[in-house]
Amino acid sequence: MTPLDAKRPLQLNDQGQLRHFLSLDGLPRELLTEILDTADSFLEVGARAVKKVPLLRGKTVCNVFFENSTRTRTTFELAAQRLSADVISLNVSTSSTSKGETLFDTLRNLEAMAADMFVVRHGESGAAHFIAEQVCPQVAVINGGDGRHAHPTQGMLDMLTIRRHKGGFENLSVAIVGDILHSRVARSNMLALRALGCPDIRVIAPKTLLPVGVEQYGVTVHTDLAQGLKDVDVVIMLRLQRERMAGGLLPSEGEFYRLFGLTTQRLALAKPDAIVMHPGPINRGVEIESAVADGAHSVILNQVTYGIAVRMAVLSMAMSGQAAQRQIEQENAQ
Amino acid sequence: MTFSILGARLVSPHDGLDQTADLHIEAGKVVGIGQAPVGFHAASTLDAGGLVASPGLVDLSVALREPGYSRKGSIASETRAAAAGGVTSLCCPPLTRPILDTPAVAELILDRAREAAHCKVYPIGALTRGLEGEQLAELVALRDVGCVAFGNGLNPFPNNRTLCRALEYAATFGLTVVFHSQDRDLALGGLAHEGPTASFLGLPGIPETAETVALARNLLLVEQSGVRAHFSQLTSARGVEMIAQAQARGLPVTADVALYQLILTDEALAGFSSLYHVQPPLRTRSDREALRSALKAGVVSAIASHHQPHERDAKNAPFGQTEPGISSVELLLPLALTLLEDGLLDLPTLLDRLSAGPARALGLPGGRLAVGTAADLVLFDLDASTVAGERWLSKGENSPFIGHCLPGAVRYTLVDGRVTFSG
Repeated sequence: MTPLDAKRPLQLNDQGQLRHFLSLDGLPRELLTEILDTADSFLEVGARAVKKVPLLRGKTVCNVFFENSTRTRTTFELAAQRLSADVISLNVSTSSTSKGETLFDTLRNLEAMAADMFVVRHGESGAAHFIAEQVCPQVAVINGGDGRHAHPTQGMLDMLTIRRHKGGFENLSVAIVGDILHSRVARSNMLALRALGCPDIRVIAPKTLLPVGVEQYGVTVHTDLAQGLKDVDVVIMLRLQRERMAGGLLPSEGEFYRLFGLTTQRLALAKPDAIVMHPGPINRGVEIESAVADGAHSVILNQVTYGIAVRMAVLSMAMSGQAAQRQIEQENAQ
Repeated sequence: MTFSILGARLVSPHDGLDQTADLHIEAGKVVGIGQAPVGFHAASTLDAGGLVASPGLVDLSVALREPGYSRKGSIASETRAAAAGGVTSLCCPPLTRPILDTPAVAELILDRAREAAHCKVYPIGALTRGLEGEQLAELVALRDVGCVAFGNGLNPFPNNRTLCRALEYAATFGLTVVFHSQDRDLALGGLAHEGPTASFLGLPGIPETAETVALARNLLLVEQSGVRAHFSQLTSARGVEMIAQAQARGLPVTADVALYQLILTDEALAGFSSLYHVQPPLRTRSDREALRSALKAGVVSAIASHHQPHERDAKNAPFGQTEPGISSVELLLPLALTLLEDGLLDLPTLLDRLSAGPARALGLPGGRLAVGTAADLVLFDLDASTVAGERWLSKGENSPFIGHCLPGAVRYTLVDGRVTFSG
């Protein structure tokens, strides 16, 4: 017996355009490429003296962050502002939920304030799906990170970074290193790389930090950093949370750095023109050596810049897809 | 009161019965099959041509939510829902508020169940006070008021020595212990079967070993203590294999599975619907196939609904913040008939696993249809169908099956010869 609601394309409208942006799962390559192309055009906006386009004028974008974040929230705010939207940012971890309000009620209240779009970060996997499906399907929902599940705008900004530095994905070898198990960034990157045609995706981590069945993403698993880095074009380092030392996942930060930390010496195993990426915030001396983070191969700060353009692309595409869907539904109702 | 059911196909595997015949009832008991006894005059008759009459279903786990969780369900609402699912006898687990660890709570449940009069209710008492695993509940006092078995639910014992003593004490008095085998630490924080689906969705996993490690310990302690044991809610292929091995060694252990585990797999979680959030979790296709085979072979002798009704709010949150469980007793018979439709079991075997099998596992009356037994039965139409949710009696609407068209339809449920449901 299959569930009745299985595989409904929740995030697409009837014409196959984005109306929410929840996950990269199931999105066709053309759509991902469209996001990257749109982001490319917005990069030029960021370089102008007047950094605004009027695409979201008169629209209200609510950033609702149930988990702390500086970079992601700020770049979403900037993206919305550059599209001329009105922006509200709520740090919910310190406000209403501590008074016992449920996620459902918090979002319903914001919807009643005529928000047109929610950018949501939440600690539970599936939170963005829940909001888009059960709470306010009429508001465009952008996933700013949900539990371990997905961080699709990070995934796309990483893809934009790779495309701008490497020209494409067809002949690349990409290594993702570190805490794959707890990482929504890794999951979104693996999906995006595969969808865009990257032929060689490697994950490098000890078994305690690898999800069961990670091979389903079409990746090869390495537990030895030197072997995994050999001749790669792109190295994506992941942040290692301090709390991973508790509970037996790792003995110490020192041992992790010895085995999986990216040093200048190890980076030499990759291709000479390899780029080094990191979603930030970085832990110097835990997963990455300072000389690498600040070195010539590093594109970590470019990622931040590209992040604004990618978020502008996603916000504008989802807003227009959602508006189109509402119009179709109104016409059907009449 | 005399009463005759005319022309039904009577199926009672325990009694070796599968024939079309009349059934005669007097004073709540079956007094004749086929020929009416001498001097019997039916005050009323029911034409049951085309229907199957089976012993009423015996469900080993139906959370009634009373006392303590009236938002989720009540004894009246959930036993009524059970009757609609073809159930005439059910066991309710001890997770009430207060916990079912004193005779007063057991008596309250039994009184209200008698008042509601939809089903015979057999409480499972708490093995330890407050289900805390520290101090034994007054097991004999609980037995004396009507508890048929004792368990600690999914609540762990903080140490094996206390568990071992609890089993020895229960063994002293010939009491049955019900195990839900899941290792607390291996399952800690988990929301779904540890496998590709959970990994993909980013849901923390509960490995198969959470079941098998606890099961191995429990089986060894059962063997040592000599306690009569029933293993409830098995989910994994390795788990049922361990039960089969124990049975082959001659250990008198029985087992049940949740009906939904025979139908759903963890793949249903794609899309994050909280309706599929259950504990222990839905597992893989191969686990489901192994559970089905074990059911067919009789290693697992009982299908239970593991009914867990919830109010709407309990399921209205991101997956990890919702409460686990499916409201399932109301669909017990039609949902179980999908196993017949799938060709897994023949009708008598299926009905055995739903009535005589569970009754034997906990030593309950019921599960039979023979002269002298209580007239607890369900009459159903195999050729009709049930649209799940068209009528809904449980307070919990948390069923992923609502909207599905299921095979078969319950027409009448009778307890002691009295109609408790007709549809």
